[in-house]
Order: sequence, then structure tokens, then C-alpha cells
Amino acid sequence: MKQISNEFSGTFICLDKSNVDTDQIIPKQFLKSIKKTGFGDNLFDGWRYLDEGSIDQETSSRRVNKDFIFNNKLFTDSNILVSGENFGCGSSREHAVWALKDFGIKTVISESFADIFYNNCFKNGLLALCLKKSEISKIFENFNENSAQSIEIDLINQVLYYGDSEFKFELDDYKKKCLLEGLDEIGASLKFTDQIKSFEKNYQIKNPWLFK
Amino acid sequence: MSSKTLYDKLWDAHHVAKRDDGSSLIYIDRHLIHEVTSPQAFDGLRERKIEPWRVDSIIATPDHNVPTENRAKGSKGISDSTSKLQVLTLEENVKKYDLNFFSLGDERQGIVHVIGPEQGLTLPGMTVVCGDSHTSTHGAFGALAMGIGTSEVEHVLATQCLIAYKQKNMRINIEGDLLERVSAKDVTMFIIGQIGTAGGTGFNIEYAGSTIENLSMEGRMTLCNMSIEAGARSGMVAPDQTTFDYIKGKPFAPSGDQFDKALDTWISLKSDPGAVFDNEFSFSSEQILPQVTWGTSPEMVSSIDEKVPEPRDFKNKENYEDALNYMGLKPGTKLTDISLDQIFIGSCTNSRIEDLRIAAEILKGNKLAKNIKRALVVPGSGLVKKQAEEEGLHEIFINAGFSWRDAGCSMCLGMNPDQLNQEERCASTSNRNFEGRQGYKGRTHLVSPAMAAAAAIEGRFIDVREI
Ligand code: SF4
Repeated sequence: MKQISNEFSGTFICLDKSNVDTDQIIPKQFLKSIKKTGFGDNLFDGWRYLDEGSIDQETSSRRVNKDFIFNNKLFTDSNILVSGENFGCGSSREHAVWALKDFGIKTVISESFADIFYNNCFKNGLLALCLKKSEISKIFENFNENSAQSIEIDLINQVLYYGDSEFKFELDDYKKKCLLEGLDEIGASLKFTDQIKSFEKNYQIKNPWLFK
Repeated sequence: MSSKTLYDKLWDAHHVAKRDDGSSLIYIDRHLIHEVTSPQAFDGLRERKIEPWRVDSIIATPDHNVPTENRAKGSKGISDSTSKLQVLTLEENVKKYDLNFFSLGDERQGIVHVIGPEQGLTLPGMTVVCGDSHTSTHGAFGALAMGIGTSEVEHVLATQCLIAYKQKNMRINIEGDLLERVSAKDVTMFIIGQIGTAGGTGFNIEYAGSTIENLSMEGRMTLCNMSIEAGARSGMVAPDQTTFDYIKGKPFAPSGDQFDKALDTWISLKSDPGAVFDNEFSFSSEQILPQVTWGTSPEMVSSIDEKVPEPRDFKNKENYEDALNYMGLKPGTKLTDISLDQIFIGSCTNSRIEDLRIAAEILKGNKLAKNIKRALVVPGSGLVKKQAEEEGLHEIFINAGFSWRDAGCSMCLGMNPDQLNQEERCASTSNRNFEGRQGYKGRTHLVSPAMAAAAAIEGRFIDVREI
């Protein structure tokens, strides 16, 4: 039975580029924040605005790049981003995920993701979803900047519905559980406290020079 | 017993527990911390009301945001208020949890990936993490070193473990002597050009072969540093006599009996004969000429005797066109015809003493070309700076027209005041040529220290072997 997860479904934005790096997702000047929120206005800052942004600046006074899809009014409520291969490469900055989340993106779809970015997504409740090249191409080809279209995601059965197409996708059970139930990873790992302690004890006997 | 790779051995030695989902808890020996990716992690710890698991595994230093001039006042002298807050926040956390710390005024302060090895905080067989993707650098010692995100920083602080999935094994073999003035930087850029920026995704890369064995520790660090640009979270070189000689006598390294005991363990850290790799590449050192990037991804790279490629030679046309537009370059332009505005020698890739020596050797008795508006040398640590000054290298740089700075990340990412102006073109020894990386609309070409020095003299790219 189809079980659409509303949270991860909705209208989507296409960014047909490969190797989109985390420096583009959120440029360095915004990493000076010591919080996890407030990055949404600066998501893709270098592409979204025609002037250089700084961290304490009001975005309303800035020159907007009207040609950039993230500024198209039809898409400002989109919660899915579809992009080219190796998405999220480069810096490990989790701020990239915080910025996507802050903008309202809940699902990022690509042919492949950089490792650290992929991990960072699930730790913040974002779904990073891999499709095949042919499937992504189909979405890119039919994308139209003049009308918002939707993608529906059935997370439980791991199926993505786009127009008449159904694409199966892979996702490990634990990551799925994290998204559905909002699992606390540190809490889960701390259940292994006894094991960590006994490992540490033996390890220290074997490698005393690694301990002060 | 079946044959294991070096990575398999490190993985097994740190494996604490298997989790239900197939991932593992991996014990972490060394946790490096800097000001940008740690504040939210410490906040998380406080929300949970827990303390760091093992304080002696942690070392902290500010590097990303710090100014490279006027450092007498330490963190209080930082003029940008947001940068200052971040550095002060690190100082507060350090104080609260009583962490090992190299403050802005300490000569041991520097880029995290430079100070770890320099202090003997990075050792063979360790697992090393840092909230920074270039943590792969420490793999040069035969350590399993991984860049992590802020949630993972918090997780390691809380549990001393990282949740990880075992990666596949890749080996890259390079045999033969490198051509004159070709360095580890050219080797890593060449590799990325061959396998692409996603070539190593999902793999740990082990670098092997006589070319690698002949590299100094500095060279191996440069090589492992850019594994992440090839998509691999970790890259490594098996430790050998070069490694052990480097470590001996370092402040935090074991000494006396402890050193000998450690050595017994370290010697076994290599891939067994017959160990199976999931993917393997082999190159010959003679294929590798000085490299220059011309685009906005490290894989957009060519040898110095080549031209900016035609679109038909490149796999992704849109990306290629965007990149050339951004870089203000035309296909068919000879790399040696590209003239420059700025020179940057620094970053965790190339700011160690050997890098500065090579650049100084080329610059000696020469001056910056007239068209070079600014040239910076930013040593990787206070101690690298001190060593360079003892050797008189700073005078060579200053006489050539370079600005001689204090340690930090500087114009590698320009979170501090060292930045490119719009459309300025820079020969940089750093690791990322992404749009805006070194300054808004700035244009970055990645090169080796030798090539950056040569470009400083000529004002354009030139094959350093012709200087
Ligand atoms: S020098 Fe550059 S790449 Fe290295 S840690 Fe600093 S910012 Fe990151």
C-alpha cells in the first residue's frame, strides 16, 4: 500500500549541476555563526544574489538574481531539491545541511552524494535520496520553470512517485528509522557505554602511549 | 588468517561494537577541534548535561577565522566581531572542559592539520577525527583519519566513538622517481584529474609504490590531505622508517621504552601481501608534470604544457561552461598565457617547512612580477614560522615582495580578512578552487608551492622547471 510521507514530499526545485560543493550551498562568511539556525536566507548565496553578502546583513536590501531558480516565487515553498551527481562535495560544514533545512528543503535527490554531506543530512532529519542517472535525467528533462510540479515519496516502501513514473530507491533501515522516528543517535550509542568502557580498558593496556 | 589491508587492520583494531543497522562504533584516539565546527557540538553536550568522554584525546586551536597580522593582542585583537565571538566561544569551551589548547598567542598555534603531526599528536595506527574534511591529512602516518560534521563532533565528544560504515579498499600505486621540481601536490592533483572528484567516494585510499615511499612526511601529508578532493573521506600511507624518524622526539610522541613498544606495533601496520583491494590504479611517475587547475572543481586540472580544454574534451558540458565563465577563460588558452593578480602560499596542503623551503629556493634573488598585486606566505603554524625565520627564508620572501604572515587558514577560504577581490586571479597552494572560495568572485588556480613561486616571478604560469 502506498504510504506517502508528506513531510518529505512536495514541489521540487531542479539544479542541473554536478559537483555542487558545500562552499556554494553556504559560503564561508556565514559559518561564523555559533548557532544551527538562521542560514536559510543565505542558502546558495553566491548564486541567489548579485552582490556579496555578509553575516549581519538584512537580505531585503540585497540585489536578487531573478534568474536563479531559488528566487522564483513558484518555488519558494518547495521542499525537495533535485541536483546532479556528487552533491555536497568539499567541506564537511554541517552548516550546508542546516541552510537547506532552514530554507525548507527536506529531501535532496541526486545520483550520488559526497560521504560527509550524506551523513550530515540524516543527522538533521533530511532525506538524501539516490536515484539512477536515467531517472534523474527524466526529472531534469521534464522540469519547467513556469509551473511547480510535485514528487511524492513513500519512505516506508522506498518508492518515489513522479508523474507516471515510480522509482524504487535504496535506504538502510536505520537511516529510515531515524527519519521516521527522529532517533537520538548519541542516546542510542550511550547504550553501549559498558562495551565502550571495556574496549577502552583493553585497548589502553595494549597501547599505553595513546593515553596521557 | 586471511590477508588484510592496512585499512582493514585499523578498522578492526578500533571496532567497539556492531550496531543493528550494520554500522559500527569505532573508537577514536585523537579529536582535533577548531572554532568553526565545534560551538554547536559543545552546546549539544550541555543540553544533554554530559561531559566529554576523554579529555586527554582532545586538542583545540583556533585557525579558520584568525587574522594573520597584528596578533599581539591574541583573540581580543580580532576586529571582525563575529569571528571574534567564535574564537572566544572556543576559548570558553576549552576552559570549561579543561582541554589541551594552543591559543592565538602560543607559538604552537596553527592549522589543525599542521599542528597535530608537528606535535606528535598524530601517530601511526591512530584513529583521528576533526570537524574538518581535510583531516585525511593525518593518514600520512598510517592513521585512519576522517573528517566529520558537527553532529559527529558532538557524538565523539559524548561517546569517544564514531558511527561509521566500513568503506571499500582502493589502492593507488605510483612507481618511479618524480621529475625534477614535481612534488606531492602535483601527484595528488594528477590523481584527481584521473579518477575525478567522486572517484574515491565510498573508499579508503591507500597510496603505495616507490614514488610514495620516497616522499618525505610533508609530501605524504600533502598527498593524503587532498584525498577528500578525490571523494575519499580517508587516505593513508603505511608507516615506515621515514615516519618513525619524523615522530621521534616530538613533544606529545612516546619516548624511551614507550617509543620502542609503540614501534613494535607500528611496524606491523601495512597491507598484507595478497590483501585484496576493491579497486586499484597504477600510474608511473613520469606521467606527472607540474599541474594547474583551470576550472572550479579540483578535477578541472591539466599539465602545465597543456591548454584550457575544448568543451568536447570534457564530460559535463554545462558545468564546464559555467566554470570557464566564472574563471574568465577561453578554451584553447595556453595555461602559460594565464596572468595572475595574487599569489597565496599556505593552507593545510602546503604550508609546512618543506613547502616554504621549496618556494624560497625558487624565489631567492628574484622579485614579484609587476602585475602581481599581492603575494602572501602564511606558515601553517607558529613553529613553522619560527623555523623558517631561523633559516632566513622569511627574508627571501620579503625581499621578493611577499607579505610574511602569522599562522592560520588565511586565504585558503578567506574567513579572515585575507581574500581575493572580485575577478582577481590567484595562484594558490591550497586545495579547493570552488567559486568564491578565496573571496567573492575570486578566481583560484591550484598549484604546488614551486609553481606558485615561479608564477610570482613571471606574473603568469610557467613550467617551474624552466626557471
Ligand atoms: S587550510 Fe583551508 S582546507 Fe585546510 S583546514 Fe584551513 S580552511 Fe580547511
